[in-house]
Amino acid sequence: MSRSMTGARMVIEALRDQGVDTVFGYPGGAVLPIYDEIFQQNDIKHILVRHEQGAVHMAEGYARSTGKPGVVLVTSGPGATNAVTGLTDALLDSIPLVVLSGQVPTFLIGTDGFQEADTVGITRPCTKHNWLVKETDELAATIHKAFHVATSGRPGPVLVDIPKDVQFATGEYVGPKQIATPSYQPVKKGDLGQITRLVELMEKAERPILYTGGGVINSGTAASQLLRELADATGFPVTSTLMGLGAYPASGKGWIGMLGMHGLYEANMAMHDCDLMIAVGARFDDRITGRVADFSPGSVKAQIDIDPSSINKVIHVDLPIVGDVGHVLEDLLKVWKSRGRKINAEPVRKWWVQIEQWRSRNCLAYRGSDKVIKPQHALERLQALTAHRKDRYITTEVGQHQMWAAQFLHFEDPNRWMTSGGLGTMGYGLPASIGVQVAHPEALVVNVAGEASWLMNMQEMGTAVQFRAPVKQFILNNERLGMVRQWQQLLHGERYSQSWSESLPDFVKLAEAFGCKGRVVSDPADLDAAIQEMLDYDGPFILDVMVEKHENCFPMIPSGKPHNEMLLGEASTEGAITGTGAALV
Amino acid sequence: MAALNIEKGASSHSAYDLRDPNAQVIESHTLAVLVENEPGVLARVIGLFSGRGYNIDSLTVAEVDHLGHRSRITIVTRGTPAVIEQIKAQLGRIVPVHEVHDLSVEGPSVERELGLFKVAGKGDKRVEALRIAEIFRANVVDSTLESFVFEMTGTPEKLDAFADLMRPLGLADLARTGVAALSRGA
Ligand SMILES: Cc1ncc(C[n+]2csc(CCOP(=O)(O)OP(=O)(O)O)c2C)c(N)n1
Ligand SMILES: [Mg+2]
Repeated sequence: MSRSMTGARMVIEALRDQGVDTVFGYPGGAVLPIYDEIFQQNDIKHILVRHEQGAVHMAEGYARSTGKPGVVLVTSGPGATNAVTGLTDALLDSIPLVVLSGQVPTFLIGTDGFQEADTVGITRPCTKHNWLVKETDELAATIHKAFHVATSGRPGPVLVDIPKDVQFATGEYVGPKQIATPSYQPVKKGDLGQITRLVELMEKAERPILYTGGGVINSGTAASQLLRELADATGFPVTSTLMGLGAYPASGKGWIGMLGMHGLYEANMAMHDCDLMIAVGARFDDRITGRVADFSPGSVKAQIDIDPSSINKVIHVDLPIVGDVGHVLEDLLKVWKSRGRKINAEPVRKWWVQIEQWRSRNCLAYRGSDKVIKPQHALERLQALTAHRKDRYITTEVGQHQMWAAQFLHFEDPNRWMTSGGLGTMGYGLPASIGVQVAHPEALVVNVAGEASWLMNMQEMGTAVQFRAPVKQFILNNERLGMVRQWQQLLHGERYSQSWSESLPDFVKLAEAFGCKGRVVSDPADLDAAIQEMLDYDGPFILDVMVEKHENCFPMIPSGKPHNEMLLGEASTEGAITGTGAALV
Repeated sequence: MAALNIEKGASSHSAYDLRDPNAQVIESHTLAVLVENEPGVLARVIGLFSGRGYNIDSLTVAEVDHLGHRSRITIVTRGTPAVIEQIKAQLGRIVPVHEVHDLSVEGPSVERELGLFKVAGKGDKRVEALRIAEIFRANVVDSTLESFVFEMTGTPEKLDAFADLMRPLGLADLARTGVAALSRGA
C-alpha cells in the first residue's frame, strides 16, 4: 500500500511507527512544517526545552533510563550547532539518539542562507552516522534507517538533516519493515571457539576479575541478569566503570566497587594483581587504565565487546570476543555449565582473602564534622533516605560531586544511573534528570550537582516547571570548581586560577523565580530534615547543600600513575602528579 | 600468571594474524575499502584519518560498480601493527562501508600508479630525457620543441625513481594518480 503525504507529515508518521512517545525540541523557521504537524496530533508528546543542548541531554536521560532511543527536534543553523555538545556526549557514552534538524531549502544550500550551517559536516565526527535528505521520497526510509543505526550494534546518536522544501513537498511513505542497510550489519553472536577458550581460562584462573562497563547496560536488562548469574555462580569478583554502575548490584556478594581514577582501592588493586581479566562491555578508557605500560601487568585479558574497534585500541587483549554482551554471556554460561561448572576454587578463595584485606583499608573513609556538611556525608544521608525507593534514578553533573555520588550511592539495578562519563559534560545532569522524569513520571529522580555545573543549563528548570517534572536538584555547593581546584592543589602549587565560583545566585530565590521550591542547608544537624523536605515536596525542588569547600576526592590515581600507586585520603598529596603525568588530563 | 598459559598475541584482531601486536615497527599497508557511493562517504573516511591522527600516503577513489552504487577507495597508510588493525576496525565501523581489505596481508597483490611528467629542456638534456623514458617504457603524450610530457604506469617506487632521474634533466611538473591495487589470482 503506497501512501502519499508531505515530508512533515512523514516525520510524525515515521516517529509513530517507531513507537516514539516523546520528542524533546525547540522550534524555528526551518522546522515550522514539522511543528505544524506536531500541533495537529496527540500521540507524540513534545517537550519544549529552553536550549537545544538541554533537549539532547534530556533525550540522553530518557534513553539511558528506558533503553529506548531518545528523539530530538531542532531547527537549522544555531539550533543544530547547539545540539553538538549533546551529540558528542552521546557518542562517547554510546547513547542511542535520533536528532532531526531542519535545514534551509535545498535550493539555498551552499549560498550562506539565513540560518544555514553545514549540519552534516559539523556533526559528522560527533554522530554514529548522519544524513542530509534531499528528496521527500527518501525521507521516511532515512528516518527508519536512522532508528536502526542508532539502536543496533554499539548504540549512538544519529542525525537526519531535513531541508524545509523537503518537508513541504509530497512523497511516498514507507514503513520501518521496508528498509535495508546492506553495508551495516553488526554482529550479535560471539565466536563459540573463543568463548570456549575463555571458559577454559575461567576454570584455571587463580585471581579472576570481571571488569564490566556501560556495554552491559546498553545490551539490555537481560545482559545484566546474565552478568549477575555468571558472577554469582562462579564467585568471581565484579568491578565496574562509572558507566556500568547498576549492572551488577552494589549489594551483590561479588561486588568490589567502581574502579578507575577515583575508584575503590580494592577494585584497582584487584585489577592490577589479577591473573584473568574479563572485560565485559568496557573499553579500557584512560580514566580506567592509568599508566598503560603498567596496567595489570600479569594478567591474561579477555574482552567481550560489540565494537571491533574497542578491542586492542588501548590495551592489548589476548582473547577478543566480538559480539553483543547479552548473547555472549548467555553462550559463555552455557558452555561453562556444560563443562561441569568448574572453577579453581582454592586459589579463588585466597584471592578473596586478599581482596578483603584491601577492602579493610576502608579507602572511602573521610574525616567527619558536626560543624560543616561534608559532601561525602551528604551523599551517605541521601543514600540512606532514598535506598528504600526501588524507582530511584540518579543523574549527575561533572566534577567532584559526580565521583562522590559514584562512590557513596549504591545502585541495585541497571538504567538507574545517568552520568556524563566519556565527555564529562558539565550541564548534563539537570536536563538529563528531566528526561528521566518525563520517561518515569512517578519515579524519584535526583540530580546530584555541583553549583558550577548546574548553572550551565539552569534555564531548563523552566522546562521542569512547565512539564511538572518533580526533579530534585541536590546541589553540593562548595563555591568552587571543585575538581579543578583539587587538580590545582595537586599539580599547580595551590595556585587557584579561576576556580572560584563567584557571585553565585541565591538558589532558593532562583527556585522561587522559576516557580518551584528551594531550601538551603549548611548545618549538619539540619541535613536529614532538608533532604526529607526535598523528597516529600510535590514538584521540582532545589536543595542548596553548603558543603566543605576544600574537600578532596579520594582515592585518586594521579594521571600517569599505575593502579597500585593510588593516593588515599590521608596520604601526602604533595608532588603527586609529576613528569609526563602532568601533561595528561 | 602461573595457571594461565596463553601465548601472547596468539589471537589478535584477526584470527589468522600472528604478528607481534606490540611491535613498534612502522609498516606500510594498502587498504581497499568498498563503500556505498553516497554523498559524504569520502569525507567520512578522510575525517576518520585526520580526526584520529592516522597517516595517508596515498588515496584514490572512483566508482567501480555503477548499478550497485559501489566505490572503491584505495588507501596506502603507515603505522605500527596495532595502529593498522585499529584503522581497519575504525573503517569497518563507518555505516556506508561494505568491506575493508588489507591487501598487504591478504596475499599477493598488484599495485599500480599512473604519473604524468613534464620535462623541459634543450640539447643533450632533452635527448637524455627521451632515452631514459624509453628505458622506463614511458610514453610521450605531448611534445614541443622545448618539452615533453611523459606518461608512465608502474609501482609508486618506479614512478619515484623516474622522477628522480628526470629532476636534473628539467622536470617541470608532475601529476600522480595515487595507488590502485588489486589482489592477485581469482
Ligand atoms: C563544559 C565543561 N567545561 C569545563 C569542564 C572542566 N571541569 C571539570 S569539573 C569542573 C568543575 C565543576 O565544578 P562543580 O560543578 O561546582 O563541581 P565540583 O567539582 O565542585 O563538585 C570543571 C570546570 C567540564 N568538565 N565541562
Ligand atoms: Mg562546586
